Amino acid sequence: MTAAISVTGVDMVFNPGRRNEVTALTGIDLAVADGELVSLIGPSGCGKSTLLRLVGDLETPTNGSIEVNGKSARQARLDHDYGMAFQSAGLFDWRTVSANVELPLELLGWETARRRERSRELLQLVHLEDFAGHRPWELSGGMQQRVAIARALAMKPGILLMDEPFGALDEMTREHMQTELVRIKAETGATVVFVTHSVPEAVFLSNRVVVMSPRPGRIANVVDVALGERGDATRVDDRFFAAVTAVRSALRGSAAPMATAPGMEVAVE
Amino acid sequence: MSAPVATPTTPAPDAVNAAAPWGAGMRSLVGTVWPATVVAVVGLVLWELVVTVFQIQKFLIPKPSAVLAAFVEFFPQILEGLRKTGYVAVTGLVAGVLIAVLMALICTRFRPLASALTPLAAALAATPIVALAPVFFKWFGQVEPTAKQAVVAVVVLFPVFVSTSKGLLQVQPVHLELMRTYAVGGWRVLREVRVPNALPYFFTSLKVAASLSVIAAIVAEYFGGEQGTLGGIITQSAGLSRYDRAWAAVLAAAVLGMALYALVLLLERFALRNSTPPSTAA
Repeated sequence: MTAAISVTGVDMVFNPGRRNEVTALTGIDLAVADGELVSLIGPSGCGKSTLLRLVGDLETPTNGSIEVNGKSARQARLDHDYGMAFQSAGLFDWRTVSANVELPLELLGWETARRRERSRELLQLVHLEDFAGHRPWELSGGMQQRVAIARALAMKPGILLMDEPFGALDEMTREHMQTELVRIKAETGATVVFVTHSVPEAVFLSNRVVVMSPRPGRIANVVDVALGERGDATRVDDRFFAAVTAVRSALRGSAAPMATAPGMEVAVE
Repeated sequence: MSAPVATPTTPAPDAVNAAAPWGAGMRSLVGTVWPATVVAVVGLVLWELVVTVFQIQKFLIPKPSAVLAAFVEFFPQILEGLRKTGYVAVTGLVAGVLIAVLMALICTRFRPLASALTPLAAALAATPIVALAPVFFKWFGQVEPTAKQAVVAVVVLFPVFVSTSKGLLQVQPVHLELMRTYAVGGWRVLREVRVPNALPYFFTSLKVAASLSVIAAIVAEYFGGEQGTLGGIITQSAGLSRYDRAWAAVLAAAVLGMALYALVLLLERFALRNSTPPSTAA
């Protein structure tokens, strides 16, 4: 397995040397394999969003190195190697749904016809093909988030970085979106790093759940989740509950009782 | 300075409420106009009655009927005054707005300039126009309208500059981060994110500026320049104790101000017809 993302010895200190200095991350080592879906989970202030933003080159680490597809994070950003989705959909009100999806392609200089075609494909992928001509404010929160995901996929990035994209959605919509993401990931083969603070969400989506702890932010545990193909049945599967329990205990800091749970194993870094 | 607050998009539940067509817009316009018309008519009738019943001297307050009569009697002069004052107000407005928008764009693009130009614009706004008008007449001469245009431009510059700058700067952080992930530079961010975001702010300030431009033009005309402007008619009539004629010219100035405001409103509706949720497009 080749690593799509490898983070080595990363520290992140905000406002170094000043009174409001904050150590957001210390000694982070993480490798994400090609095609893997890894969740980052932890309490507020554990630096999970910061870690994602470092990988996406929205921040620069104080120490350590980050490689994306064998390049620096910055080069990967310049090469459009990843698409990003945030907690707020961040659609542009002055553009139609289709024009929102086309924006990254427009910036790349694609011709109109090609852009339209690609946007049509992507809206089909997120089941919003009937809303291409609508304005973002005419859509529900879940639909807006699906448009944002379609937009993140526009440049066919190998890597999707998602920062609590379903955090503002209600439980029903959220579960639906999770199922959609699993399907989209399977269809595109993308590598996904997914930040969340929902344990069931992390378990349902991921091959591995990276459990982080705060002050200073570090990786406390990595829980492997082997649930096979995900579907609605997964949510009531005993192995799903066992994995949820395993992540919960890891979050609480006791790694002991998890070894017996079937279907997953815990690797303590 | 009232500027639209950045409203988060309220997600409608799978709604398909397309933007209101123009016909419906006009109907709602009529709907909002008639209560005001009733109040105005009742007010005018009361005014007429009060002046008649209490026999108020006509140099204090002339009757609306006398003002109307003067308006009709001096219609050709008033029309000429409207043309001259309107020309100064509109050209001054356009010049001031262009300078303000240019300043706002430059300040947004080259942020250190903002700290230099913003206090300067504020100082300009705090300067009373009264202090500027005679000086401008000295600089540009009495014959050409340049001095008055300059007064109008200076007066409208500040509100437009402040509002537009605010709209250019107060963009959603997530939009900036998206543009960063697309690895595009400052000019594209300006075009794709900042300018569209600033449009509602710009139009709000333009409405203020449109009304201000007529006021500024007339005040400038009090200080000199060409004869036969609305400001000129007002000062001349007041000097001759023809208050009915002065009021008729004020009426014409009010009509001019409202016409400019209405024009901006139409421009705004057209420019923002698709770009903002219906609730904020008002």
